[in-house]
Amino acid sequence: MPYIAKIKVTLRQSILDVQGKAVDHALKNLGYRTVESARIGKYIEVTINEAELAEAERIGNEISRKLLSNPVMENYTLELEEVK
Amino acid sequence: MSEITVGVVVFPGSNCDHDTEHAVASFAGIKPVMLWHNDHDLQGAKAIILPGGFSYGDYLRAGSIARFSPIMKEVIEFAGKGFPVLGICNGFQVLLESGLLEGALSRNRDKKFLCCQTFIRAVNGSTIFTSLYPEDEVLSIPIAHGEGNYFASPEVIDSLEEHEQIVFKYTDAEGRITDEANPNGSVKNIAGIVNRRGNVLGLMPHPERASEKLLGSLDGRGLFESLFLHIAEV
Repeated sequence: MPYIAKIKVTLRQSILDVQGKAVDHALKNLGYRTVESARIGKYIEVTINEAELAEAERIGNEISRKLLSNPVMENYTLELEEVK
Repeated sequence: MSEITVGVVVFPGSNCDHDTEHAVASFAGIKPVMLWHNDHDLQGAKAIILPGGFSYGDYLRAGSIARFSPIMKEVIEFAGKGFPVLGICNGFQVLLESGLLEGALSRNRDKKFLCCQTFIRAVNGSTIFTSLYPEDEVLSIPIAHGEGNYFASPEVIDSLEEHEQIVFKYTDAEGRITDEANPNGSVKNIAGIVNRRGNVLGLMPHPERASEKLLGSLDGRGLFESLFLHIAEV
């Protein structure tokens, strides 16, 4: 059965997240006084037609490093879900 | 004297390709040739220019998909052999994504897309791209980008400085490198860098938009002229 790789890409803490800052600012303007901060990232779903979890995981990590994230300024997390 | 061919790569979404072609063609003895991103043939070009624009709509990250265009395999090999490669704006982003240059470009500090004239200085006038620029000459060259905020780890910045790879810096009208003169938040006002070998340059400002009197500035011509002079000598 194929797997869905769920990849979240976020800017490293040291990188200024201007989109997150704008959203944080808007939330505070809306009166949400307990909102402390907001960060924006990307969520990517990739369906990988591999029977073995280990192989799907290997590909998921490889594509995350190679294309989906830029290790210079971003981190990623990978989760795999089997398609039933 | 036969003409020297200079390749301008066209990605889907490039929009400064014809401006670059026009600027290149204005130099005697230089013939621009447009190279489609899906091709593998550099058509005998002696230098390659990756132009500005929004390759692949800037999807995912600026330059990230263009970096895997078929022609980039040849461009990377070409650079590896020591031939000159110039990346302007989106082209700089592609060079960083491809690993030909170090670092990354993130969103401008003040969140805005910036389209304006900036002042820069060639702080390293000894490269093949800047040999005709005196280091104290203030150049007026426009920028047009949303993601031009140059970033690299402190180790990489140290190494760039140590090897004199920082080529252009944003300055004020008097040539002072100040935070107020920094349009996008780039580390150390960096506007352009070169690789260690000195044959690959990436910069955010657009020299092709400052290459004609009608456009208000001729200051970008020195970059092309330096490069073409170098090619003619090789």
